[in-house]
Formats: sequence, C-alpha cells, structure tokens
Amino acid sequence: MRIDVNAFFGAYPYRRVPGTTPESVSNAMKRVGIDQAWVSHLPSLFSADPAAGNAWLYDVAATDPRWRPVPAIHPGVRGWESVLRAATDRGVPAVRCDPGYYGLEPAGEEMRALAAACGNARVPLMLAVRLEDARQRHPDDGAPELAGAALRALVRSDRRVRLIVTHADRALIEEVHFGSTPEEAARLWWDICWIWGPWEDHLGTLLETMGPERFVFGTGQPLRLPESSVAKLDLLDVTPDVRAAIESQNAMRALGS
Amino acid sequence: MLVDVHAHFYHDRTSRADWRERNASRLRAGEKVGISTHVASILGSWGRTSPTYFPSPADLEYGNDALLALCREFPARIRGYAAVNPNYTAHALSEIARCLDAGMIGIKLAASRRATDPLLDPVCEVARERGVPILHHIWQHRRRDWPGQEASDAAELATLARRHPQVAFILAHIAGGGDWQHSLAALEGVPNVYVDLSGSGVDGGMLEACLASVGVERLLWGADLTLDTGWAKLRYLERLLDGAALERVRWKNAARVFPPGAFPHD
Repeated sequence: MRIDVNAFFGAYPYRRVPGTTPESVSNAMKRVGIDQAWVSHLPSLFSADPAAGNAWLYDVAATDPRWRPVPAIHPGVRGWESVLRAATDRGVPAVRCDPGYYGLEPAGEEMRALAAACGNARVPLMLAVRLEDARQRHPDDGAPELAGAALRALVRSDRRVRLIVTHADRALIEEVHFGSTPEEAARLWWDICWIWGPWEDHLGTLLETMGPERFVFGTGQPLRLPESSVAKLDLLDVTPDVRAAIESQNAMRALGS
Repeated sequence: MLVDVHAHFYHDRTSRADWRERNASRLRAGEKVGISTHVASILGSWGRTSPTYFPSPADLEYGNDALLALCREFPARIRGYAAVNPNYTAHALSEIARCLDAGMIGIKLAASRRATDPLLDPVCEVARERGVPILHHIWQHRRRDWPGQEASDAAELATLARRHPQVAFILAHIAGGGDWQHSLAALEGVPNVYVDLSGSGVDGGMLEACLASVGVERLLWGADLTLDTGWAKLRYLERLLDGAALERVRWKNAARVFPPGAFPHD
C-alpha cells in the first residue's frame, strides 16, 4: 500500500506543467505504483476564495476511490468555518492552507484560529513549505517560503492540532523537530518529496536521528515527478516494516486511525 | 551502460568529516541505479582552504590528485574532469595537461570567471587540441550576481560556445535550480552545447522541454548531488523514449562527447 499525501489536480499559474488533469494524475499513479492519493486543487492555493475549487475537487475525487480530497481553506475569508465543517462532514484526510499564497501571516491570528479549529475537528492541517525551488520561481511569485518559526508556533498554538508539512528539506525538519517538545513533535508529519537521498543521504540521516514515525510518502505531483519519492525509498537500506510505515501506515496514524 | 557525466567526490582536506561515507554512498547508490561510470570532479578543498567556486591552485592540485587516486582505485567506475581556475591561466593550462596525461577525460570550469570572459579562451583552445569536453557550472538564468561565485548562465555559455565551435560544452545541471526554460531557449542554434540533466529538480515538464528544445542527441544523464532525483529522471525517460533514444541519453551521447575509449565498453 502506497499513499501519496501530496498530489494536485489543476493548472499551475507560473509555468506550463503537463499532466495536471485527474486522468493524467491517475495514469501517473499507475505508472509508479501509488494506490491512493490525497489530492488538492492546485489553483485553490492561489485563490482569494478557494471554496469554489473545493466543490470541483469533491466532485472529481468522488469519481475514483483512490482519490481523497484535501480541500483548501482560507481563514481570512468570511465563512471559512463552514468550509471546514463541510470538509470534516465529508471525511477528508486533511485540509490545507498555504498562508504565503494567501498573504497571511503564517502563524498569525487567522492561521492560529484555523489550527485550533482543525485540532478541535480532529483533522490534520497540511501546509507546503514551497512548491518550487526558490531560484527558479517566476518573478511574480513572491510568496515567502514557510519558516520553521511559524511551524513551531502553529504546533504550539493548540495542543490538538496535527500538521502535515510537505516540501520541507532536512534543515527545516531538524529545526522544527528538535525545536519542539516530544509531544509537539509527535503531532508533526513530514512528506519526503524534498528531502535529499544519496550521496548526502539526508533522508537516511533523518530516519536514524528522528525515527521513521514522522515521515510520510508524498510526491508533489504533477509539479514534480512522482518517480523521485519512490527512488528515494528504493535507495534506502530500510526494513520492509519501515518502508511500509513511510509509504502508508504513518499517514493513517496522522489521521488518528 | 549508464554514464553519470556530473559526479563529485570529497577528500580528506575538505570540511567534511564524513567524506569517506559520502564517497562510499555515491558508489553504493550508483550500483543500485546501475551507473557504469561516474565522471567526477573535485572543486579544490570544497571551501575549506579556498572558496569552492574560486579554488586556489594548491587546492585544485590536491583535489585533482585525490580524484586521480580514486580513478586508480576504481579504474572501471570513475573517470575525471580536471578542475581549474581560469584566473590562474598558466596554472590552469599546466594542470589540464597534467591531469589529461594522467588519464582524465574532460575539463571542469566552475564559477571562477564569467563564461564570456576572454580568459576562458586558452582553456577552450586546449580542450579543442586535446579533444575533451568542458563541463561548465551554470546558474539557470542568472538575473544578478550571487555571492560566492561568478556564475554564468546559458546565454553566457552560448557566447563562449560560439567562439569555440569545435569544443563540446556541457551545460551543468539543468535541474540544479534557476529558470531552466531560459537556458533551453538560449541553446537554440548552439549545437556544441550539451545539456546535463543532473540537479535536485524533478519538475514536471522539464524533460519534455529538454527533448523539445535541444533534442535527444544533446542530452546527457547525470546526478550531481542527488542520486535519487537522477534516478527518477531516468525512470521517467524510460517512459518517454524508445530504447535507442534512451541509450543515447544513458551513455551513447557521452561516448560521442568524451574522447574515444573514455569508457570501458564504448
């Protein structure tokens, strides 16, 4: 069982990306052996009001049991609480908010309110550190990358909140993990898509220093080739149990199941 | 056959206490990926006693010697680029001659001097004479100067390549950060520049864009700092290309760019 917690449908505003349709994502899942994908509507990460994109996402995700929708919530938009309620009513695995693209302070009042509401609703909150390498971003793409300080503040802001953080590198993960209490760190999960494999062996090092429980399989497809996350695992010398934890079991634990 | 045209190794006079582990990791991962030959460079002391991108002559000699030792230790698996700093012209030329005579098969230019600068011309001339390629570090679309390096972008490398049409240039790590679309556009009409696919980037659409812009005959597979992303791109190419085209990217283009006999089975 392999669950991709970090997948998208829909166009990217800053460059042409092939394979953004649901059908293409489905084909990519088959290509690399992904059994389930937690999918977000990519344009909603940039939308002033993502609720309309969520409606489309729910409709599309309902057409294939391998897809589980991760709707976007903008906590600066009036009525966001009802968007969260609708999401939890549908049994989504997580909701997402990428504050940099909404012009929100990443650990400001709105984000802390959303974190608390997610904690209360017992649904994880997903955030991306970045979507692209900072050196290649479009000149108009000025959204700041998510900082470790913001993640530490969010996980401390509510003792029930669970965060799934995607596109993080080793330095950020270590900064937040070891800058948190064990109880706080146990409410954080990190997807592996941006963590380097050999020869620097960042992923292998993190598995040794933090343990495998905190890591989940994610790809960032179709912005990134999903083959990359599979290759990272194929290059690791880990037991089948550890691999299964990363590929699916830890994600299920993040849900509380 | 699979040739990694952009590999690196460390040595005992770098800042890396784990240099042996890193070198072993590259070779071990290379075995899993199926790499037949790592064509590597060592950039001096990697910043310990002179800057990585502005290495001193003494550091370059030590690094090149360390690489030659690795080539001797792993004669079937490791080949070398002579890393030089063109600001020290006489040293660069003598170091290239020394390293090529000792069996290295290419020249590595990092970011010590802008690619458009005439100081690079003597290096290119010796590359032509010896029939070896130049792997040139590139910042994909350099919009400004960046600290620690005098980086060049594809347009600047293309200017150099046009001055030296008989020399094969390898544009380093198209996936190594920066605007690769800018780079690919700059390479139109510059047939002596090849694109190395290495880098940590695995952007959707990048490989299709490489194929559409420079064509399969100018693509070289490589990994640089991340074997995992290199393997991912190779796996994706296996879906995009037929067998003959894939073989070109895996090693046949490299065999054409590097001197005859550079690889054990070419």
